[in-house]
Amino acid sequence: MSGDNYPDGDRNEVNPTGALRRRDFLKTLGGGLIVVATLPLAGEGLLQEQQARRGGQSAPADFNAYLRVGEDGRVTCYTGKIEQGQGAMTVLPLMLAEELEVAPSTVDLVLGDTDLCPYDGGTVGSQCVRIFGPLLRAAAAEARVVLVEMASEKLNVPVERLRVKDGAVYDLAKPETKVTYAQLVQGKRIERHAAAKPPLKAPADFKVMGWPAPRRDAREKATGRAKYAGDIRVPGMLYASILRPPAHGAKLKTIDASSAEAVAGVRVVRDGDLVAALHEQPDVALAAAAKIKAAYDPSPSVLDDKNIFDHLIKNAAPGRAVAQGGDLAEGAKLAATTIESTFLNSYVAHASIETHAALVEPKDGKATAWVSTQAPFRAKEDVASALGIPSKDVHVIEPYVGGGFGGKSGNPQAVQAAKLAKITGKPVQVMRTRADEFFLDTFRPAAVVNIKSGLAADGKIVFWDYEVLFAGERSSQQFYAIPHHRTVVRGDTFGGGGTTGAHPFGTGAWRGPGSNTNIYARESQIDILAAKAGIDPVEFRLLNLSDERMKRVVRIGADKFGWKPAKAPSGRGTGFACAEYLGTYLSAAAEVAVDKATGKVKVIRMLCAHDSGVTVNPDGAVLQIEGCFTMGLGAAFAEEVHFKNGEVKDLNFDTYQIPRFSWLPKIEAVLVESPQFPISGVGEPAITITQAVLANAVFDACGARLFRLPMTPERIREVLPK
Amino acid sequence: MVEPIQFTLNGKPVRLEVDGERMLLWVLRTELGLTGAKYGCGEGFCGACTVIVDGEPVRSCQAPIKTVRGKGILTIEGLERDGKLHPIQEAFIKHEAMQCGFCTSGMILTAYALLAKNPRPTEKDIRDGLEDNLCRCGTHTRVIQAVLTAAAEMKRAVQR
Ligand code: FES
Ligand code: FES
Repeated sequence: MSGDNYPDGDRNEVNPTGALRRRDFLKTLGGGLIVVATLPLAGEGLLQEQQARRGGQSAPADFNAYLRVGEDGRVTCYTGKIEQGQGAMTVLPLMLAEELEVAPSTVDLVLGDTDLCPYDGGTVGSQCVRIFGPLLRAAAAEARVVLVEMASEKLNVPVERLRVKDGAVYDLAKPETKVTYAQLVQGKRIERHAAAKPPLKAPADFKVMGWPAPRRDAREKATGRAKYAGDIRVPGMLYASILRPPAHGAKLKTIDASSAEAVAGVRVVRDGDLVAALHEQPDVALAAAAKIKAAYDPSPSVLDDKNIFDHLIKNAAPGRAVAQGGDLAEGAKLAATTIESTFLNSYVAHASIETHAALVEPKDGKATAWVSTQAPFRAKEDVASALGIPSKDVHVIEPYVGGGFGGKSGNPQAVQAAKLAKITGKPVQVMRTRADEFFLDTFRPAAVVNIKSGLAADGKIVFWDYEVLFAGERSSQQFYAIPHHRTVVRGDTFGGGGTTGAHPFGTGAWRGPGSNTNIYARESQIDILAAKAGIDPVEFRLLNLSDERMKRVVRIGADKFGWKPAKAPSGRGTGFACAEYLGTYLSAAAEVAVDKATGKVKVIRMLCAHDSGVTVNPDGAVLQIEGCFTMGLGAAFAEEVHFKNGEVKDLNFDTYQIPRFSWLPKIEAVLVESPQFPISGVGEPAITITQAVLANAVFDACGARLFRLPMTPERIREVLPK
Repeated sequence: MVEPIQFTLNGKPVRLEVDGERMLLWVLRTELGLTGAKYGCGEGFCGACTVIVDGEPVRSCQAPIKTVRGKGILTIEGLERDGKLHPIQEAFIKHEAMQCGFCTSGMILTAYALLAKNPRPTEKDIRDGLEDNLCRCGTHTRVIQAVLTAAAEMKRAVQR
């Protein structure tokens, strides 16, 4: 990579111990990884305590809830987080090992078991590292302090003279005088607590965090041994296949289940709207359910994927200004050019390859449930209420989750399994078919963004009036140095907040909720302004930014990409964008080729410069960035749920196209560090910028500006300059 | 119709009394207790259910069990030999070519069949060969690297 246009980064190393060593280490990794460590910027980090508080009141304060030192010296880490592929089970033990001063290889992990793990609100919103991380670290740090106090008494050495290494406390003056954690604890619960909560380690002192660590789940997943909820078997269990209505809003009138019930061993259960065929073989249950004849009143919905936007505009919640400054009318006076745009985004499915599954086994008035969910503690409540037993009597065990992306935050399949288990008195497993999964998905909401903005003759943005409908607040606020601005949000991040029934089906969080839409709209508009001003898109951003952390990530991204300044559309097909997502700062650059005859786009390469404070596990972060970019290609170019009158038209991967090997560009991740800022997540940020950067690259390639996602070949052909 | 059906599964003979129309995927996952093959779409679109039948990758959600009568089936569980992982499995671990892991068995077995036919694939060959295996987590880059590494490893093993 060359290009000295935007010098920064490498020269400014501050933390030669940690950062440099780490960097040498990282050179050996694949994926074009470069780590840039830079000078701390002016600015304050969020207090760790403040973060911990955001972790929820219900997160226990006692460190024993998070860890246990075994008699054998191994440490068990307990977390209500789940592993859905994002690397939680790899990264969390690193955080614990760092503060407790033990080797990560001596840490075992128990995830998402509601009997063993501390309460957790759910694995959503990049919270693992960002919010749970500080809690876990605080627990480990306190445990370390207590263990040192215990060692001091045992060894008769003052605390000040004691040091900790690899799970043992020793006398600095006489290192042979030492005692291990295991000897101190002897397999018991630690009853004492530290007088004051010790501070967390500073990034410069990290020995474990920030170093690449291998995935803990790799072997199980490569051997087929990893179990998911649908893989769990218990004696006497039945598999349920649940009747799916033809359309959302269609009311069940009558059913005739006689031919289904005629199948040997099949039982049909009806409980209100829930109709299920059960059998000891899943496929037999499925075939039987297909035989149920059901009559429905048609859905009252008249919406489809064409008229939906008018409908949403009419039904959006009232506006709420989430940010404003200056005076828009003043700004308008300063503008030499005013540009008004409306951006539309379509419904998108989660489409995890694992469909929702749950097994509920009632026994002696209690129950055990294995659920594919991002929120096991919520599943516990849900299952308990469906069974009509106290939630303390429900034990949720969380196997691996085969992809969630926000789509597995509710637990409807667990509720169904519980109801059916209650009715039949047997363990019941529900595993959705792919068609059920599409039909019942809580889609990423379709959304509308209106932006009116003005440009002064010198290329500065002078006003910015932003309104978002149905994508919510996240990443809606612009971060450019614009004197007169306002951001108005109508409806929440998950698509709710409008008139009831604004959406014809369920909507919810989708990897990087709201931000995909907001960033696509904002960064498209910024590009439009840059083109209007006749300034290179990167230069234009730098001209209008004052936030140093953002400027740095923009410079580094452009530099590592080898960005050559030019006014867009240059015909070269390079695009740029920058964004902030829940504390992570990032920029992206992409190169595409557009076939003007067909409107098809080939993405050639993409680069992400990613600053999430300190990257706890660089290996995992790079994997997440690659995954985000790859997944994001779908929402950029193809993914859109088609529907009409309550019917979901896309029910499998034949019509709903997700990214494939042939779509794959070369992807590079550049990890940038800002040790003075709080550590933020890596699982979502890069996807939120993908659609924006690709829209800008398409424009640069052929002059087609897309105001609606996905950028299908037809839509591109429609706006190609003739 | 329930009928006796025999085949070899991961090198061992199996005899079942089963309705021959039932799909291999479900029989594997229930009666035979092998849950490594996954249900992802049920219609042949995703490849998560891939197993090897007489050397060919087969979408087990689309294969009535009577069609494997007398044949040899290899599932992900059978790839490991005497506690030693297959080079493709090793390479997937090395490159961390999985996230949620739900597509992984199908990816590995499809790659296995690909390498059996084409021991020195180009990157393009790998992309083409895996084109119809879907991964939602976006592990594609790593999967390609893993298959390239596995090919090199296997070649070395042959030369040894
Ligand atoms: S489950 Fe067989 S191809 Fe998808
Ligand atoms: S690793 Fe999740 S689907 Fe491929």
